[in-house]
Amino acid sequence: MPDRTDGASIRVESLTKTFREGTAPAVDAIDLDVRSGEFMTLLGPSGSGKTTTLNMVAGFEEVTSGRILLDGDDIARLPPYRRNLGMVFQSYALFPHMTAAENIAFPLRQRKVSKAEIARRVHETLDLVQLGGHGDRLPSQLSGGQQQRVALARAVVFSPRALLLDEPLGALDKKLRETLQLQIARLHSELGITFVFVTHDQEEALALSDRIAVFRDGRIEQVGTPFELYEAPVSRFVATFLGDSNIFAGTVRDGLLDTGGATLHCQGPDGRGALVVRPERMTLHGDDRDRPAGANQLGAEVTDVVYQGAFRRVLVRFDDGTPGLVRDSSSDVSVAVGDRVRVSWPAATGVVVPDDAAADSSDATVGDGVAA
Amino acid sequence: MTDGRTLRRILTAFGILVAAWLVVPTLIVVPISFSGQDSFAFPPSSWGLQHYVTFFTEASWLNALLVSLQLAVIVTVVATVLGTAAAFALARTSLPGAGAVNGLFLAPLIVPGIVVAIAVYATFLNWGLIGTPTGFVLAHTVLALPFVVVNVGASLRGFDRTLERAAASLGASSWATFRQVTLPVIRPGVASGALFAFVTSFDEVVVSLFIQSPQLQTLPVRMFTSVTNEVDPTIAAASTVVLVVSTVLLGLTGLTRRSKSRA
Repeated sequence: MPDRTDGASIRVESLTKTFREGTAPAVDAIDLDVRSGEFMTLLGPSGSGKTTTLNMVAGFEEVTSGRILLDGDDIARLPPYRRNLGMVFQSYALFPHMTAAENIAFPLRQRKVSKAEIARRVHETLDLVQLGGHGDRLPSQLSGGQQQRVALARAVVFSPRALLLDEPLGALDKKLRETLQLQIARLHSELGITFVFVTHDQEEALALSDRIAVFRDGRIEQVGTPFELYEAPVSRFVATFLGDSNIFAGTVRDGLLDTGGATLHCQGPDGRGALVVRPERMTLHGDDRDRPAGANQLGAEVTDVVYQGAFRRVLVRFDDGTPGLVRDSSSDVSVAVGDRVRVSWPAATGVVVPDDAAADSSDATVGDGVAA
Repeated sequence: MTDGRTLRRILTAFGILVAAWLVVPTLIVVPISFSGQDSFAFPPSSWGLQHYVTFFTEASWLNALLVSLQLAVIVTVVATVLGTAAAFALARTSLPGAGAVNGLFLAPLIVPGIVVAIAVYATFLNWGLIGTPTGFVLAHTVLALPFVVVNVGASLRGFDRTLERAAASLGASSWATFRQVTLPVIRPGVASGALFAFVTSFDEVVVSLFIQSPQLQTLPVRMFTSVTNEVDPTIAAASTVVLVVSTVLLGLTGLTRRSKSRA
């Protein structure tokens, strides 16, 4: 097994990448602090700059301006082979002419490690990714999941102080993705090194990360723990990109949001704003009689019901015209398309964010939050 | 399904016929080369190795064979190195006019051989390269280059550059990456380019006829003069040797490819 080392801290300062002069920068003066040993995920839709950022940290893209500090040393001008960072690619990038063991030995051979030591570490690392006995296979003789495990082993066998992962599970089917997610999480805790993980899959990000940086148009919209991002998004973009949201846009005054058709309790500064309420915080009521005190409530018409086993996704149109989604896990209330219902939620569960309507399209509001 | 089977049989028969049509005339030289007589009679009425003895002992034949082999080896090395470098430059840089440059590299394939030969002849007269080893290497390298550029270029287009990024992230410098990753992966393309370069030089006759001298003749030139000036069945032995060399080389690349995919 690769030696356990302290993970490196990676600090990115006003990092900018402009591919062609006169065009908008792909990465626009971002700052990011990845702590030693942290699992940091760069999350965003395609074209948001997350992969370009990772490529600059790895050294594959030249930095237009800004600094990349690895434990305080600026590595922005260092060639990739001198950075000592492990990297895992979506396409595995295994050397097709080498066996699994030779692939894993490759970084050790570059470092002139002795033959006996190489054999020992390759063996241990193969065991670490549960591929003991597969060392003499060529990549073409391994399944996608096995190939990615060889790639993981190859990227950590030389005890790098940080591991960069570029959508490593993107090419795998759902079942395999979940298995490998667990394996990546286990590697992270066993090796203790810093992980920087790029993905556009919000579920993956929520499941794996210590912290997530949400990218949008070359900038970082918000950095925080999965809990912070989910419970306290700072913008409509973050609210809609991570998980499902109901969004009521309007004007806030003295703790009341006027949507133009309804008045809702909320906590936020006066002015234009959007109230974000998660679908699982909402409760469906079949009639007017049982209504919790101190809660927001709105009439709505059911537009669609999707049964998902443990819960139902009930799509509604609120009386003020806002489209909405309720995740209902009780089956007390029977609902069908066209039914009139009432929806309530505790006033404290909503979050008011700036009303940046351009941040989402109407279907993203009730979509599953994953930008294709 | 009988219809399908009949059709397949007809196609197979047709394929064999075409193959025979292509190969049999060439193979005629093989029995003649083993003829015991000093004639081109086919089929030979007696058998013997005398034509091979002549071929491998008479100075004019043996020298021509050695010249051709040496020349082909040098041309293979020079054309493979230059052609591989050129293919990299064309595939990896966004030079303005890369398309035109690519076209220039292919020109020797497209321009009629006799035109190339006359151009080379005129130039070499000026430069004093007629009948010199340097002249032969230069001329044959030009003719062999397109095959290397095309083959290596095709390999490079199919090459996943993420592999080079991966190698760099694992601590390999650009040179180490080229040697340990890029070159081994595109090796089949380089090998077939090299093979074509060898065969191009070994078989080349038109340009060689123009730039030869009595002291420096390649095997095809010697064969050509033999056919035009003499009636000597040794040429059948020479043809068979050329045939065997070319076929063995082709077979070798086929073998290396197969063992590669099996390994």
